[in-house]
Amino acid sequence: MEILLIIVSAIFVNNIVLAQFLGICPYLGVSNKLSTATGMSLAVCFVITLATLVTYLLNKYLLVAFGLEFLQTIAFILVIAALVQMVEIVLKKVSPSLYQALGIFLPLITTNCAVLGVAINVVTKEFTFGLPSHMLGLGEAVLYAFATSLGYGVAMVLFAGLREHLALCDVPKAFKGVPIALVTVGILAMAFMGFSGIA
Amino acid sequence: MLMTRMMMTKMKEEKKMTKFQLITKGLVKDNPTFVLLLGMCPTLATTTSAINGLSMGLATLFVLVLSNMVISAIAPVVPDKVHIPVYIVVIATFVTLLQLLMQAYVPDIYATLGLFIPLIVVNCIVLGRAEAFASKNSVLDSALDGIGVGIGFTVSLTVLGLVRELLGSLSAFGWKIPGTGDGMLAFVMAPGAFLCLGYLMVLFNKYIAKK
Amino acid sequence: MGGRSMAVKSNLTNMVLCLFTTCLVCGAILAGVYALTAAPIAETSAKILRASIGAVLPEEGELSEPQEASLAGQTYEYYTLKQDDEVVAYAVKSTVVGFGGPLTLMVGVTSDGVVYNTSVLAHSETPGLGAKCNTDEKFMAQWKGFDTTEKILSVKKDGGDVDAITASTITSRAYTQAVANAVALAASLKGADEADDADDQDDDDKDEGGEEND
Repeated sequence: MEILLIIVSAIFVNNIVLAQFLGICPYLGVSNKLSTATGMSLAVCFVITLATLVTYLLNKYLLVAFGLEFLQTIAFILVIAALVQMVEIVLKKVSPSLYQALGIFLPLITTNCAVLGVAINVVTKEFTFGLPSHMLGLGEAVLYAFATSLGYGVAMVLFAGLREHLALCDVPKAFKGVPIALVTVGILAMAFMGFSGIA
Repeated sequence: MLMTRMMMTKMKEEKKMTKFQLITKGLVKDNPTFVLLLGMCPTLATTTSAINGLSMGLATLFVLVLSNMVISAIAPVVPDKVHIPVYIVVIATFVTLLQLLMQAYVPDIYATLGLFIPLIVVNCIVLGRAEAFASKNSVLDSALDGIGVGIGFTVSLTVLGLVRELLGSLSAFGWKIPGTGDGMLAFVMAPGAFLCLGYLMVLFNKYIAKK
Repeated sequence: MGGRSMAVKSNLTNMVLCLFTTCLVCGAILAGVYALTAAPIAETSAKILRASIGAVLPEEGELSEPQEASLAGQTYEYYTLKQDDEVVAYAVKSTVVGFGGPLTLMVGVTSDGVVYNTSVLAHSETPGLGAKCNTDEKFMAQWKGFDTTEKILSVKKDGGDVDAITASTITSRAYTQAVANAVALAASLKGADEADDADDQDDDDKDEGGEEND
């Protein structure tokens, strides 16, 4: 039950883009085509889950254990940057085909605030998920991160689909490009608001 | 780094800027929000009211100016292959500094802006300016550049916040218009952020940035 | 743009050295600032907490340090207010699931089961609807002096005596639940206190009995 609540809440109710406003830059930047949007979503999914796992352990066993919580921001961003670099190198060696698909998005992810945002959120905020309010355990944190990144993918792919159609429409000159995209996301966000209250 | 490259091309036009132009360019010509489309996350998330937008803008301005100055000072001695990590560490230091100071002296604002204060680290405006401007210019010019871009960002956020507050809760800077009710609540919620920014951008394109 | 040449050529030594020095210097600066701000931060958060407790309890009396107790699987943080060495009220931090996420209240309950006052510590309810639990005067005022021995702690729709916020039944229900949890905790704490007192009484009786036997 709790697992289901985490998944539904992270994907739909508190969608990372449409309700939490994280990772908007790449969201607007690479959602022009469905194929790039899918690639970016997969890369984000991979990095968010991995980064949350690593930063959670780092926070618990190093920062909190030695009373260094004030170094959280700096440590997390360094870990994420290093992790992205490492993933890039490993992918290149191990699976060139996957690297081909995700490679160009990886450097962009370091400055995607969704990664740092989720990493900070899981170690500082209390969550409920149908239970009394509590800090997340390692398993829950990783599951939450994974579900959140799935939510990113859902929002991204939906929006890319809409944008491909939008490209064929004749919009007024002042609306062309980002403004009409923002209005579309606004309507999409309104649709997602219908999920609030479920979990 | 796509963003950085985009800013680099922008920068080429800035070659002969006076000090005054450095400060004012952020308002219209190189407005970070409406023209360069940078730092969208805090722009959308924290502008539920004019005061919140203003505070977020000022917080970013603080980090921008200080990190620009320090980066400009250390840039000549940083090996080129590690310059990005070093810049990130410098920026993260100032962000943490800001976090600590805000927690101590303005806890209310810190609680409202929440997660988006540490996220200034990954705001592409800050790293973008460090990479495109501060690493190649003098400390004074970098400080002015930081102030200019920061002011542009602050003004945009305040305007967006003000519009959302007016439409959403019929008040301005926390002052409720007397004798009014609730306003269009959607504008203080997530969809309103996107819609408002979209329409403001349209107005900006049509009337202010006319070429 | 400047005539300044871009950076130094990288080699392993200067890269490692540069990163290491930067991290060391930044870490040292932050540690210093942290040490300087630690006291003001602690003071500020204590002041906020004191204010939130003060708002829900009577003014006179001596406030205890934070204590913890659990009831029905949930752990609560609470404070007691003593007048003449006797507990007259409890302030309980009570968290429930609202409409948009966790809803955390500070609830003041006097020892005879009357709600003294409530205040919202944190919420993520819908602006203009559920968020009114923090601003709606009528909703907030009804908690002052809500006597749980006479009135029923549930919203009117569910057959109780709590006026819900218009169009926000779920938030109102959650709020009511948070208050009810706090009242239940206060009752169990009081029960435990009295049991202690009763034990003391028994001991006294026994002692007296012993004396008589002698």
